[in-house]
Amino acid sequence: MAEDTFMPTMTRRQMLRMIGMAGSGALMYQAMTGLGFAKESPYRPPPPLAGSGNGQSVLILGAGLAGLVAAYELGKAGYKVQVLEYNQRLGGRNWTLRGGDLYTELGGHTQRCQFDEGQYFNPGPWRIPYHHHGVLDYCRQLGVALEPFVQLNHNAYFHRRDAFGGKPQRIREVKADFNGGVAELLAKATSTGRLDDLVTKEDREILLEAMREWGGLNRDFSYAAGPVSNDYRGYARDAGGGAHGKPDFSTPVGLHDVLNARLWGNLAASDQYEYQTTMMQPVGGMDAIGKAFGREVGSHVRYGAKVVDIAQDSAGVSVAYEDTKAPGSRHVAKADWCVCTIPLSILSQIPVQVGAAMAAAISAVPYAASNKVGIQFSRRFWEEDDAIYGGVSFSDLPIGMMSYPSHGFGTKKGVLLASYTFFVEALEFTALDPAERIRAALEYGKQIHPQYADTYENGMAVAWHRSPFTLGCFGNWSDQMREKHYADLCAMDGRIVLAGEHASYLPAWQEGAILSSLSAIDQVHRRALAGGRA
Amino acid sequence: MKHVTSMLVACLVTFSAAAQAADDPPFLDQKSAATADGHAFFTHICQACHMADGKGAAGAGAYPALAANPRLASALYPAAMVLNGRAGMPAFGNVLSNQQIADVVNYVRTHFGNDYHDPLTAAQVQALRPQEKP
Repeated sequence: MAEDTFMPTMTRRQMLRMIGMAGSGALMYQAMTGLGFAKESPYRPPPPLAGSGNGQSVLILGAGLAGLVAAYELGKAGYKVQVLEYNQRLGGRNWTLRGGDLYTELGGHTQRCQFDEGQYFNPGPWRIPYHHHGVLDYCRQLGVALEPFVQLNHNAYFHRRDAFGGKPQRIREVKADFNGGVAELLAKATSTGRLDDLVTKEDREILLEAMREWGGLNRDFSYAAGPVSNDYRGYARDAGGGAHGKPDFSTPVGLHDVLNARLWGNLAASDQYEYQTTMMQPVGGMDAIGKAFGREVGSHVRYGAKVVDIAQDSAGVSVAYEDTKAPGSRHVAKADWCVCTIPLSILSQIPVQVGAAMAAAISAVPYAASNKVGIQFSRRFWEEDDAIYGGVSFSDLPIGMMSYPSHGFGTKKGVLLASYTFFVEALEFTALDPAERIRAALEYGKQIHPQYADTYENGMAVAWHRSPFTLGCFGNWSDQMREKHYADLCAMDGRIVLAGEHASYLPAWQEGAILSSLSAIDQVHRRALAGGRA
Repeated sequence: MKHVTSMLVACLVTFSAAAQAADDPPFLDQKSAATADGHAFFTHICQACHMADGKGAAGAGAYPALAANPRLASALYPAAMVLNGRAGMPAFGNVLSNQQIADVVNYVRTHFGNDYHDPLTAAQVQALRPQEKP
């Protein structure tokens, strides 16, 4: 009953806001994934699988990162590996779009990427936390060059339609004024004795000193226009040289307005563990990782293979697949073991000969929605006009986040991530045709960057629920679901074991795919060493 | 080819801008979300996967057609799907009210060649939600 008592009076945005989802990608993401704990990867460089596979065979379904790691490691350990991949390329969601690429989504719309030479866009994963040791270690092993990915840029924007007349605010101003206002308040409470029964006298003195430094307060503990606050929030006119070199001070926004503008709701997005500096990206596009694996195991991949049936018995596994270029054709691949990395959104539709527990787990997990629009502009106005070099701006417009390229600073053109959304907004984007998604991203984006109008060249829109090879973005586990099904999903069933981000506690992250794969092949290897019996 | 494609895109952009200038903007804003009907929820959310004609789509896996789908014979089946999600389908129990879920299910069951006239009620949707423990 509780649900119906509040729903009718709430708007959708209020509901989203209530569960921490509106206008903050990171918080939204966390609310969606239902994870309240730190997600450090437990990965340490693995010792090679001890002992040899002795030529036993493993069939790997899917050539995304989970499948590629399995092929690479099992191959090194002496297994005969074969990989079946639905797409005509490897990498799966590890994917980069460049000029000339064609992409046909579910529903039949084909987009031809028209980016200039050297421009690219990562429709899937696009940033790597420094604690995703598995991804980073494979980059090291395979020679994938990395560069910094700018997550937090103090000069990017927070924007809400109902705050400051819809004018985007610099993150440094929001952050400085929020911290400064809170510091001033706490200093006042301290010096008027309100904290006396909470904090010792000695600690109160340290607290005052800390508030002054942290918040950018004056000697008298006020947060006001002047050199101290401006060292944090920036100046109205920056310091210069010559006769008119003296800066003009900017005026902080008062705490009441700061609180009510609610832009502070975006601050945590780049403070959280997953997004803390330093984040990284492969030079030239995220698909450098998939391609690096491809150099090692690419010759074992059969492309255009749509798996239609997965069977096993005491002798081995037998997987039927259709050649996507010859619909109706039927081929069978056989092996001793199978590592299946097919997303659950698809696997749940394929007959799989596994026990009831794993079958229930495969069918249980809904897939989260996500949408990205990448747009090429004729000049980097965000750098030239707005002094924004990399980083992310957040808006409560349906476009959600926008991100400026972290590479190629000072060059002429650039591809902006013009919209990145989850859940309801992502589905609304998905419900549009690709050209309309781009149009919507342009229309809304103009409210933050009016330069869009004169500099737009072309774009690509990738809505993950229209992706023919995933039917969704990532496995959207709830805590209750994990409790019920996660162990069954990850435990080997006879000769079949599952891997992929959906078989990890790092949903949507490449690290989750890699760690799940290492766990899966460890299970295969143990069974194989134990005499090859399932 | 490149020019043809970009002209096509330009046309599409112009066309769709005109088509959507009416009362069905691509995103439900704060005001319209409260009054959105089954049709609006279908065009903004459901058609993302089930497509504008309700016929679904197929790739490595498929989205089922809602058009002429015998599984819609009982209103409780689509209601549970919308509420809880399953496989590729996200759950909407946390963002749609019971009435909104009933509205969109009733819309789908009376369109796309479906002709079921036993409407789902908000109370029936509520009964499908996990019961709170006293």
